[in-house]
Amino acid sequence: MKGRRLTTVMLSAGVLALAAACSSNGGFSSPSSSSTAGAKPNKTPLTLMFGSSGPAETSAVQAAAAAFTKQSGIKVKVIPASNLTQQVAQGFAGNHPPDVFYLDSLTFQNYAKDGVLDPYAPTMPNATGFSPVLKETFSYQGKFICAPKDVSTDALYVNTQDWQQAGLGAPPANWSQLRADAQKLTTHGRTGLVLDNSESGIDMFLYQNGGSVQDRAGNVVLDSQQNVQALAFVKSMLASHIMKFPPQLNAGFSGQAFGENKAAMVITGPWENGTLQSDYPHIKFKVYPLPAGPTGIHATLSFTNCWGVPKDSKNLGGALAFVKYLTAPQQEMKFSTAFGVIPSRAAAQATYMRAYPQYAAFVRELSYAHPDIAIAGATQAISAYSSALAQLGSSDPASILKTAQRNLQAVVNSSK
Amino acid sequence: MNLLPRRGSLRRQEAAAGWLMTVPAIALLLVFLVAPIAMAAWVSLSNWTGIGSPFASGVSSVGMRNYAALLTEPGLAQQQLGESLRNNLYYVILVVPLQTVLSLGLALAVSRKRLAGRGFFRTAYYFPSITSSVAISIMFLFVFGNAGVVNAVIGYLGAHGPDWFDNPSGVLHLVYSGLGVTQPPAALADHGLLGMPWWEWLAGPSVAMIAIITLAVWTTSGTFMLIFLPAIYAIPAELEEAAIVDGANAWQRLRRVILPMLRPTLFLVLTLGLIGTWQVFDQIYLMSQGNPAGTTLTPAYLSYVESFGNQQWGQGAAISFILFAIIVIFTILQRLMLRDRGAT
Repeated sequence: MKGRRLTTVMLSAGVLALAAACSSNGGFSSPSSSSTAGAKPNKTPLTLMFGSSGPAETSAVQAAAAAFTKQSGIKVKVIPASNLTQQVAQGFAGNHPPDVFYLDSLTFQNYAKDGVLDPYAPTMPNATGFSPVLKETFSYQGKFICAPKDVSTDALYVNTQDWQQAGLGAPPANWSQLRADAQKLTTHGRTGLVLDNSESGIDMFLYQNGGSVQDRAGNVVLDSQQNVQALAFVKSMLASHIMKFPPQLNAGFSGQAFGENKAAMVITGPWENGTLQSDYPHIKFKVYPLPAGPTGIHATLSFTNCWGVPKDSKNLGGALAFVKYLTAPQQEMKFSTAFGVIPSRAAAQATYMRAYPQYAAFVRELSYAHPDIAIAGATQAISAYSSALAQLGSSDPASILKTAQRNLQAVVNSSK
Repeated sequence: MNLLPRRGSLRRQEAAAGWLMTVPAIALLLVFLVAPIAMAAWVSLSNWTGIGSPFASGVSSVGMRNYAALLTEPGLAQQQLGESLRNNLYYVILVVPLQTVLSLGLALAVSRKRLAGRGFFRTAYYFPSITSSVAISIMFLFVFGNAGVVNAVIGYLGAHGPDWFDNPSGVLHLVYSGLGVTQPPAALADHGLLGMPWWEWLAGPSVAMIAIITLAVWTTSGTFMLIFLPAIYAIPAELEEAAIVDGANAWQRLRRVILPMLRPTLFLVLTLGLIGTWQVFDQIYLMSQGNPAGTTLTPAYLSYVESFGNQQWGQGAAISFILFAIIVIFTILQRLMLRDRGAT
């Protein structure tokens, strides 16, 4: 009896001691939203954490960090993360987030809402030079927070050999031409058009039909008539077997279906270029802007990361100097050459279009691109919407949109 | 004058020494077991955003709000918890009996003294258990792929195999529609639990989940076979001989002699199986991420994505405590069912 009580006492003492130890270093508790751009760099080494698409990206980032160290004398530890979102979250929970990290547009919303990011973006040299859609993506409550790293847009990839064989002329300019061309390109063993079976593979059709995901006030407007019509169009293409999703073709993603010539056209982004060149070099293709909707509206989706910097970085000045270095037009162009990303700055984009005229469509589309959906706390609601869209072929467009509307608006309401 | 210490104080010294000896073990338990559980319990009751320590001054209690969002308030959180519990329940109902029967069968087979190459079979059956679950998961993605081995065999038999990992239809729903029931009766469609109508609860595991269930049974049977084997060897040969003399056939010997002798081992295997299957995570993380249409979502995976993906740490921790409660309830139920009749 006595022994048991002693154990209890010791247990609670231990827990209390641990609690005290944890609470004494709660460094992130004081919120402040003012920019700390005046911070002077010191010699504390920086950490850079990023999710790499492959060896080309890893070595390009390492080279950039080494060049920055040479110039500034600040050491940089480069950490390629195997699961970036999780590892950055662990860093924040342990009060030691990386000083600079890739931050996707959805996770950005969460950290911006928590107020842990340094809102340094307006202090970057020529901050107005970033594409407007990217500034919109990385703004929270009207404030531009972090500098966009690069940008991708969805465009139409066309297999030129299939195209010529089918005797087709100009690329499709609107939905009805897209349908007609997909019809003509579909043969036994090859599908006319392939899209990724997710929200980011399909949502551009909503915008092309005059619909939207959120209105200006941030409310969700998914269940509009335009959106129902847009999804009905996609569904009708699926039903007539001139369009398919990658799993139906035993492909992991649309680029693979395109590379194996199971698809004559795919709607996807520049991240496929590397795979197409290295794994499927015999495939000849052209990239065109997406066809317009029935009323002539042009639209696509844009995907991007920014350089996240925590406001409590031990070397904030150094971190900002590093980001300044990384987003300089010449450095952005180096990344483009190394692993195919499109620069986030208009000046570098112009250079990119001259260097890669075959990929000019991605940049041209930026003027009418809409950011991929990103709402704080909506990761689960978005992935539920995304997996519902993957079953579009066998479900009702209106009820998919109604469910997603309800779930996403609930998230928006809860953070008001 | 008495130079010897009194009995009581000697006892006290012994007790103190005893405590001193156990301090390292207790400290380890505190730091790595009790404290993390206590922290997670606090997080499940708090509004912690994942920034800094959960005990920092900015973090406050929200009472049972995280649990309410999951259990009582209609919404996505409640619906996804319902889905994940349904998926995991079917997973447990299928995996636990199948792996127990299969591993017992394998153990009985390889324990026969006259079997040639026993060592080879034992190693072969145990092999999946010691292979990395990542490697096995990737292999099953190929095996159950659209043009994979399974569909090739089905095609050879003249049928058309499903898109395994892209098919969200519940197998019981498929059975109902085979029997001509395609629309749910109103009673099942309009009422439900945790935001999901009964009709959806009765969907059965999805086609995708069946592939994962196959993997789980295949992987774990070898481990449990290894637990059964020594228990079978420990049964005295005279018992079985006596049963043979009494005229018992093979089935009667299994049912009346071997199984009762294996009861403690059976309890261990079932308990480990129940706990392991309710906590299924790595296959889901690697193979399906809860897709298609949320039919392979499990509470353990949901807790992870809710915390690390959606930064809703309170809800993520609350899910793990709900899962903990379910495992405790199932283990107690199973204990009651397997209790020795006659003993208390």
